[in-house]
Amino acid sequence: MNNLVPLSYYMILSGVVFLTGLVGVLIRRNIIILLLSIELMLNATNINFVAFSYYLHDIAGQVFVFFALTVAAAEVAVGLAIFIALYRGTPSVNVEEFNLMKG
Amino acid sequence: MMKYALIPLLPFAAFIVIGLFGHWIRDRAHWIAVPAVLGSFVLAANAFFDIAQGTPVRLTLYSWISSGSFQVPIGFYIDRLAAAMLLLVTIVSGLVHVYTIGYMRGDAGYARFFSYIALFTFSMLMLVMADNFLQLYVFWEAVGLCSYLLIGHWYERKAASDAAMKAFIVNRVGDFGFGLGVMLVFALFGTLQYEQVFAQAASHAHETLNLLPFGGAWPVNVLTLLCLLLFAGAVGKSAQVPLHVWLPDAMEGPTPISALIHAATMVTAGVFMVARFATLYNLSPTAMAVVAVVGGVTAIFAATIALTQNDIKRIVAYSTVSQLGYMMMACGLGAYTAGIYHLLTHGAFKALLFLGCGSVIIALHHEQDIRRMGGLKDKLPITYWTFVIGSLALAGFPLTAGFFSKDEILIGAWTAGPLGRTLTVVGLLTAFLTAFYSFRLVFVAFWGPSRVDPHVARQVHEPSPTMTMPLIVLAALAIVTGYLGIPGFLSPALPGPTSLPPAHESAASFAIMALATVMGLGGIALAYVVYVLKPALPSILAQQWSSLYAGSLHKWYVDELYEAWFVRPTIEAANDLWQWIDMRVIDAAVNGVAGSINLWSRALRLIQSGEVQHYALAMALGAVVILGVYMLL
Repeated sequence: MNNLVPLSYYMILSGVVFLTGLVGVLIRRNIIILLLSIELMLNATNINFVAFSYYLHDIAGQVFVFFALTVAAAEVAVGLAIFIALYRGTPSVNVEEFNLMKG
Repeated sequence: MMKYALIPLLPFAAFIVIGLFGHWIRDRAHWIAVPAVLGSFVLAANAFFDIAQGTPVRLTLYSWISSGSFQVPIGFYIDRLAAAMLLLVTIVSGLVHVYTIGYMRGDAGYARFFSYIALFTFSMLMLVMADNFLQLYVFWEAVGLCSYLLIGHWYERKAASDAAMKAFIVNRVGDFGFGLGVMLVFALFGTLQYEQVFAQAASHAHETLNLLPFGGAWPVNVLTLLCLLLFAGAVGKSAQVPLHVWLPDAMEGPTPISALIHAATMVTAGVFMVARFATLYNLSPTAMAVVAVVGGVTAIFAATIALTQNDIKRIVAYSTVSQLGYMMMACGLGAYTAGIYHLLTHGAFKALLFLGCGSVIIALHHEQDIRRMGGLKDKLPITYWTFVIGSLALAGFPLTAGFFSKDEILIGAWTAGPLGRTLTVVGLLTAFLTAFYSFRLVFVAFWGPSRVDPHVARQVHEPSPTMTMPLIVLAALAIVTGYLGIPGFLSPALPGPTSLPPAHESAASFAIMALATVMGLGGIALAYVVYVLKPALPSILAQQWSSLYAGSLHKWYVDELYEAWFVRPTIEAANDLWQWIDMRVIDAAVNGVAGSINLWSRALRLIQSGEVQHYALAMALGAVVILGVYMLL
């Protein structure tokens, strides 16, 4: 029962999820999708934490995940608030339109 | 201690007060300056009698610079030489202050003028009383600065501001040598205090210094070098050949300044310095010979120029240069006492002559050309008679002060070896020329028919008592100073190179005295013949010797020579440096740095696109690179 799923599977899974998130952040234009992709990257690391915590018998990793989730929730709240504020100025969800901060 | 410190500090206080509050004081400036310099005179007289009865005063006011072995205090060393100079400076300065009240009345810069002459008086007193080389040097420069400020008093006139600059720059040439001399003193003796230097001087008498770098050999006696460097400063300040050119031009300044600074006090600082360092000069016969020859050449050179000048102040200015040469010659021949004696009597009668010029100039509404004067002796009797007394003293007329001091110099020169005998002849010739040109001035300006502009002529009258009083006092001094036994007073402070034989009673000295008198009287008589009996003669003579006449009139073309050799090349070089080094190298480098920064920022700012995803990509790539580095290494 202990070693049904090898650690490497979790690693591959979290890697795939992380890369999905990263590519999403880099190529998508919709700002909401961007936020979702960032959440994907966060959760990929959470999978890693839990997997290592289990395999190393160290509860600290799982405690860390709780913190990460809390921060992610707060971040989403703040992120969405910013999007709404942005939307009032420029009625768009396309990140390419928000490029005023340039040299 | 306070009574000595106050001698210079009273004029300094006057300078501060008038300088700061001149805007409100304006025409009342003399109520501050005159009492200050008067107080200074009383204290100086008191100091004089203290020193006449006792020993030299040594005082240290405070430690000015203290850095390791380099110790410079501000202090006083008042011996008989300094005491006599103190009296001269305060008396002439006081009289000039009083004279200025009348001369500068209504001038826009009245208060400024008074503040500067107070500053000058302070600096000159500090110079005279200095007890170390650096203090001497600093106040040497300070009097030069005052000279500059006062020559340029009417700075809106181009001639005046040019003359001020010329005086300053020419003096810098000499002062450069003086500065090196002061450094050499410290390098050699490890101290700048007069008394310590004098005490050690003899032990360095035969040391040499190699002047050639890179293995060359040009050993020079170190004291000779030192004396010549210091003498360079004296040449500049005392307007000796070849740096005499600034003094005649300095006549652009107001006349009281010409009397105070450019006749009686500042220009004599060079002679004073040589006498002050008699101990050093005595150890270097070479340096003394140079001093004597430069003095002798200056004396006769300036006298030949004075013969033909037409500006009343320039004639007196060239006679000042000539007389300074006389004093320098005496010092160079070891007759320091005679040199300083002549300095003191000259201070009186030359200040008198300048102030006399001033009152003529004021009476004629700023006319300075003697060809447009004439017949003034009845209209300006006080000025005339005092001027005649001054001229008699300058010509060495018997029983005036100038007669005694000039004799002292000539006799001193005669007893000083073969060089001295040659220079005695030069001195006698100069005495003849001096008598001639000073009475040329008297006869042309005061005698004969009036050539004054008729509009002005009707208004000519004697100036106010504030101007005539100093004339009368100085005229009295121009006679009295011959009878005060000054040489006997000075000689203990000024040891000659070897104990000169007391030659005053010998037949030779009597012959010289007679010869000098004949020369003086001959000069006066010749001037009388040429300018009074046969007024047509001067122009005939001028045509006969036209090249000599033109040479003298144009001051032997020294100014033109300097213009061609030094001034124009300097200006051209400065222009080239500006065009090439300043604009093409320095400016180009500075602008190049600014330009390249601009260029780089233009390129680098393109990175900042403002698009979140570009930054995210850069971050991701950066993370990959860092991870890659960690994994591979």
